[in-house]
Parts: sequence; structure tokens; C-alpha cells
Amino acid sequence: MVMGDMVMTVDLVVIGSGPGGYGAAFRAADLGLDVALIDPRPRPGGVCLHEGCIPSKTFLFLAELILDSRRAGKMGLRFSEPEIDLIAMQNWKNEVIDNMADGLVSLSSRRGVQLIKGTAQFENSTTVRLEGSEISRLKFKHAIIATGSVPLVFPGTHPTSDSRIMSSTGALNLKDIPEKMLIIGGGYVGLELGTVYAALGSKIWLAEVQDRLLPGVDQDLVQPLKRQLTELFEDIYLQTRITSLTERDDGVDVDLETPDGKQSHHFKRVLVAMGRKPVSYGLGLENTGVKVNDKGFIEVDDQQRTTVPNIFAVGDVAGGMMLAHTATREGRIAAEVIAGKTSAFDVRAIPAVVYTDPQIAWCGLTEREAKAKNIEVVVEKFPWKYSGRANTMGATDGLTKILADPVDGRILGIGITGRETEGLIAEGVLAIEMGALAEDMALSLHPHPTLSETEGEAAEIFMGSPTHMLPKKKN
Amino acid sequence: MTTSFRLPDLGEGVHEAEILAVAVSAGQEVKEGDLILEVETDKAAVEIPSPVTGKVTEIHVQPGDIAKVGDVLITFTTTGKTDQPTPEPDTAEKTSVPPKEEPVQPAAAGSETAHKRPVPASPSTRRLARELGVDLHMVTPTGSSGVVTAEDVRQFAAGGGTSIPEQPDQTAEIPPPHQEKPSSYLPAETLPDFSMFGVIERQPFRSIRRATANRMTASWSQIPHVNCQDMVDISKLEEFRQRHKDEIRSAGGRLTMTVFALKAVATALKAFPHFNASLDLANQEIIIKKYFNIGIAVDTEHGLMVPVIRDVDRKSIKELSVQLHDLISRARDRKLSREEMIGGSFTITNAGAIGGSHFSAIINHPEIAILGLGQGRMQPAVVTDAEGNHQIVPRLLMPIVLCFDHRVADGADAIRFMQVIINALQDPDELLITMI
Repeated sequence: MVMGDMVMTVDLVVIGSGPGGYGAAFRAADLGLDVALIDPRPRPGGVCLHEGCIPSKTFLFLAELILDSRRAGKMGLRFSEPEIDLIAMQNWKNEVIDNMADGLVSLSSRRGVQLIKGTAQFENSTTVRLEGSEISRLKFKHAIIATGSVPLVFPGTHPTSDSRIMSSTGALNLKDIPEKMLIIGGGYVGLELGTVYAALGSKIWLAEVQDRLLPGVDQDLVQPLKRQLTELFEDIYLQTRITSLTERDDGVDVDLETPDGKQSHHFKRVLVAMGRKPVSYGLGLENTGVKVNDKGFIEVDDQQRTTVPNIFAVGDVAGGMMLAHTATREGRIAAEVIAGKTSAFDVRAIPAVVYTDPQIAWCGLTEREAKAKNIEVVVEKFPWKYSGRANTMGATDGLTKILADPVDGRILGIGITGRETEGLIAEGVLAIEMGALAEDMALSLHPHPTLSETEGEAAEIFMGSPTHMLPKKKN
Repeated sequence: MTTSFRLPDLGEGVHEAEILAVAVSAGQEVKEGDLILEVETDKAAVEIPSPVTGKVTEIHVQPGDIAKVGDVLITFTTTGKTDQPTPEPDTAEKTSVPPKEEPVQPAAAGSETAHKRPVPASPSTRRLARELGVDLHMVTPTGSSGVVTAEDVRQFAAGGGTSIPEQPDQTAEIPPPHQEKPSSYLPAETLPDFSMFGVIERQPFRSIRRATANRMTASWSQIPHVNCQDMVDISKLEEFRQRHKDEIRSAGGRLTMTVFALKAVATALKAFPHFNASLDLANQEIIIKKYFNIGIAVDTEHGLMVPVIRDVDRKSIKELSVQLHDLISRARDRKLSREEMIGGSFTITNAGAIGGSHFSAIINHPEIAILGLGQGRMQPAVVTDAEGNHQIVPRLLMPIVLCFDHRVADGADAIRFMQVIINALQDPDELLITMI
């Protein structure tokens, strides 16, 4: 069938159907706009659903079961070694993804959002050319760029899907359980996937160029994790550079430069988790006047508007913390602004969660940031060894801390490390967004025995009298 | 311990008050509930009792000062309980304004608080502020511990119209939370030195005068006003009024043209609900009120006041005459409470008693329309009899004007609305028939 030069006209074209893109498209459709959502993947969800958040958490859930069953041994409940069926696990992961992706397809069609499979390139600031699609051109009044990011590749390597040098995408395909594996990068991706592979039986080495794991996170929150990982992993090399990676048939030869000198090792697989880069290239942005900064991020204002007034950018490609939930919010804001509303990104407590064992979650101001910006804060910490619930779970190596304004006691930041902090952090988010005082959190009743009590007790320290800790001596 | 008495939140978006009188002096012993201050807000004078029993250590204000909500007015030294704040005194019966007390805040260390902290407000309030173009730093918070509420933002938007952009060079120390300038929407202009041209006198611009100025500026600058005018032949109504006025007077009321206008307006509002409305820009909705509370502009020696008569549709002419007379008398004596001056859905201003013909009135925001009455005067009128013969006869004609918000209502409706009022006032029978 020859379609010729078919041109379609829409109010809004959204390029990229990850959480930022579909969030924008759905919101715009709800506000009455005619929307086309373009992505090379046949179904929405982007990296988050297809090769990021969702598949990694599917496997991390299983990893946690394995680690928990081992810990149960110390409490008198012993399991035999788990039987790992990689094919079944992959099928399970795909089932989860399919279920979610089909849901997004259905949500799109019921909202009247037109899904177009293909890639888009701007010809000018009102037209995109499509490739791999029946429609050759799309004219639009507004565009939202939500093309996301891709993993950084180790310089000089050209990984394919069969490579032993893998990105997070490759690692989530879980082809085998390598006997020895090196992870390059001590950020959350490396630590999470390292946890999955270690739980499944791989011996993990980790190399990080800086002198600490999770360099952006307050280190008191990282310490309990570091203690766990030191046991779970074979070795953690800090301040270590990888000088070469050479792929062989049976593995990868690696040269490292540690503070103690050079070393050479052989690993069955290497996971490169050094970060991600924005996909602002190959979009024809040069034909529009949309400005991209020297790191490749598209410059936007607090309404997600680029330097071209009818073109917006959201999510990883627009910089920031590169989180799915901020992308979704940014997408919704862009859609609202396009629909004539006065929305803007004014989130005060962006939550972040590292799904390791223990988990780390934080929101709002961190101590690191307070120091960097010279913001005066009072910090109080409640160690989980005083929490009844943490004791029942053998999860006492945890910490809940609150940062508050020294003048009025308003909560500015919360950081938690321990079990299930992914859910605990939500209370902190709401508290900060609502402008709550530490006193408000202390006076809000927390159910006993739960881990949420650690937030109430940390707040009680501000009030001078936590129940399960001795009050501080007054100076 | 030392307790600071701060100007409490007086409700209804009152951000400041003028100190009328200070009833205590430094060193004086006071008991909880003793009168300490008399203050005047936009339109009402309020007596403030002492929140504590103790000794007045310092008085921070003097008569004539304008104090903002949260400002420290008087410091007390109290004995006894030292480690906890004194419980809130039960003042419900003594005053309508429960005084709040707070321990003295530690002074912010100047250099360390150089950065501008985000104003505490919930996400939905912040969104509202964005929609209304309000800078949260400019809003006086009334929420607990300095939180700006959605109501604060609405009040600021209603009163201020536009927010004043923060000057970049004044961020060094922001003393939270009261930065609002008095009369923030009346930009100060540079005036010539008038004394060069002759003798002048400077009078304070405060209190009701300033509140009126602020409200009128906000209304006039925000609402696209349209003004409709007509004449009503009130000859028959005046006869009716003369016949019944003594009876009403003996009941304690005054049967004035305003009373009839109240009834006529209530009837017209029922027929045209868009004139009994408010425009909610934040939610992009028109709020139609199902109650008929009508404000009456009263000229007093202290300034313009607008007491509100509630449920006009459900009151008889006699009841209205009595209540209106009472409200006007108390307005002139400054005995009205704030509660009696809020909740109106429409306003009538009757200039007729003094004189005046057609004029242009300013809508009492957030209402949608205002009706003005001029003076009824004997004038030549062309009257057409049943046979179609024209004749010029002297009739009592009253000018009426309707000013309305063209965002919510249109001219044709306004004319129809006026017609209902005209028909009712021209013919007392019509008025009686329609007012039920």
C-alpha cells in the first residue's frame, strides 16, 4: 500500500511515550486537546516500564525473598537453597510488563490519544517528519519532547545485546547468572542490579570512581547499606578507575587502577552503570531553535517550556534528577500550560528511593544540600535499634532522620534507610509539601508496632522527649 | 516568664488594625480579661482584653499606629508556670476576637538567614497563588505557625489585584511573615509640594477611608463595569408610602424608598440569578447565590459603611423598615459588628435623600452588580391615556442606575433586570404581587 505523503495535524505531539510522555499525553487529552504520542516502541511505558523501574523491581522483589529467607535461618526458620528458573523468571517479568503496557494502550485509546509507532524529527517548529510510520509528517501547534535517556557506554566498547559487557537493559534480560561479575558504578542502578545478581548467586565486585557509594546521598543513610553490601558483594573498590575492558568469548578482561595500585581481573560479565545521557540528539532540534546545554539536556523554564515557545521538554531529556515520577509531573505540567493553565513545577519534596537491601529513601532537603547552600538546619536521627517493629524483623540497622528549620521547627527534609522505606517516605513528602512542623509529625499518631513510628519518634526528638530514646541532655 | 501579645487574626482577611487607644501603661498589673487595647479594623472597632494576668512590661504601640496581624503589641511578665505557654483564655463571651498569644520567637540571626525560604503553604494553595498571580511572600499568613492558607491567597488577590514584585535588593533579611505594605494596590506617586501654592493641611489616610479606597480601587480596576440608567415614575409608590409611613414609624421603622427597592431587587434577583452571583476565577466558575442578602450603603460621619440585610426575600416591608432603620442608626453610631457587614450578595446605594440624579456606582466586589437610586423630583412627564392621547403632566420621577460586571452579565439582561425593578416601583400593586 502506498500512502504517499500523508500529513496529519494535531494540537499536540508528544515525542516519547515513557512516564513523562504518556503523563503529558493523557493530561492533555483530559483537557480536551487532540494528541499524538510517538515512540519507536509499539506500546507506551518507555524505559521505566520496559527496561527500568518495573523489570528491576520485579527481580528485586525476588532477590529480597531470597535474602529474607536466608535471614530467617537466624530466627529459627530454615529454607533449603532456592531453585532458580531463569526462563520462568523472565516470563514472569514479561508478564508484568505486558500487563502494564496493555493497560497503557487501553488508557491511550479510551482517552483518544493516538499512538504512533515511529521516530520523529523536527523539520521546523511546527512539523515533525516521522520514520517507521504510515504517516510521513505531523503538523502540530505544540510539541512535548520526552525522549528520555540512554545508559552511558564505556568508552571504546560497542555493546550489542549479546555482549558480556552489559548496560542495565542487558542485565535485566537476565540471560544467565554469571559466576563472577563486575559492576562499574556505585550509583543506584549498579547497587540494585548488583543486589539482584548477588541474591541469585553471582559473586559481585563493584568499582566506583569516587570515594563513596551513592555519592549524592547523605552518607549516614548509606552506611547501613554499605555494611550489608560489604557482606553481600565480594569486594567494593572505591576511588577506582577502569582503565580497559576487553571482551573475550568466555568473559571480560578488566584492568583497574585502585588507590593501592593496578590490578587485572577476569569476569564472566561486566555491568556498566555509570549513568545515563539525555536523548536530545537525532531529533532535528537544530531546525527549531530549541536550546540544548553542554551536557545535552534541553533547557526549559519552570513551566517546561524550551527556548521555542510552542515546544516543551519533560523528563530525563530536560535534566533534573532523572526520575519517573518527576517526569510524569513535568509532563502533566507541560500539558496544562499548553491547555492554557498557569501550572508550574514547584515541588518542594522530590522523593527518591534506592531499592537495595536495606532501602534508602529521602525527600526534600538533604544535609549535603543544606551544607552546599549554606542553609541552617537542625538534624535529629532516630536509630532503628530502638524500634520494636524493626527488631521483630531483624532489621535494626536503619535510621530515620529529619532536617528542620532551626527557627520554627518546620520540616525541610527527611531521609530514611532500612526496610520498606519506599512507603515510609510518603509521610515525609506530604509533611514537607504541607509545611508541617516537626511538632505536627510528632503529634500525629503512628500505629504501633510499625516502622512508621520511627518518623514520629524522630520528630519527638525535636520536641525534647522521644519515647523510646533518652532525651538529650540540655546544654 | 515573658509573654508577647500579638495582634490576633481578626478574621475576614483583616491584615491590620489601627490602634485607637491603649488602656494600660507600662508597669501596670492587669488581670486576664481586663481591657488593654482598642483597635479599629477596616470597618469595626474592637476591644481587646488581656490574655493573661501579670504585669505590663512594655507597650510597643501607641494610638494611631497601624499594627499588622502578628505584630507584638504589648509584652507582659507573668508569674507561675514557666515551662509551658499559658493556656488560651476563654474569652468567647467577652469578645468576638479571641486573643492569641505566642511565646516570643527567638530573633532570627541576621546573616545566617540570608537566603529566602519557601513560604509554607500546601501544594493546592501554591497552585491557587499561581493561578491568581499572587506572590506568596507578599501574603500575610493566618494559618497555624505561619502557614499561608488558600483563603489568605484569595483575600490577597481580592484586595490587592496584583502583587508587588519583590525587589531583588531587599532579600537580605525578610522578617517573616508580615511584609505586606499598607494599601498595597495604591501605588505611591510623587506629588508636588502643594504648600508652594498655598496653605495645606495633611490628614491621615487610614481606617475606613483607606479601606474604602482599597476596595474601590480593586473593584474598579478588576471589574469591567457597565452602567445602565433609567427613570422610574414613583408617584403612586410615594402616595402609598405617605399612607403607611406613620404606621411603620410607630413600629420603630422608617418607610423609605430604599425599603421598596430592597423588595424590588430581591424579586429581580430571583428572576435573574446572574446578578446574585460571584465570579470564581480560580475555579473558572460562576457562583450563583441562593440567598438574597442585600447590602445598603450608608453615609456616616466616619465614612461609608455597608450593613447587610439577610434574606430580604423572606421579610415583610415592615420588618425590613425596622431592620434597615436599626442598621443605619447603629452604623452612624459605629455600633455595627463585622458580622453585620459581611455576606452581602448585592448592594443598593440610595443618594436620593441628599439629592443627586444619575451617577455611576462602583460594584461592591465580589458582588456582580449595584443599584443606585437618585432623588425623586417632580418633573414633566408624557402620559398616554387609554385612547392613545398624550399629555404632559407633573409626575414624581426617580433616576435609577444599575452598574454590573460585564464578565458575568450582559446588557440585555441588565435592561430586563432593571425593568423588573421599574415595574415594581412604578406600581405598588405590582410590587406586592411579585414580592411573594
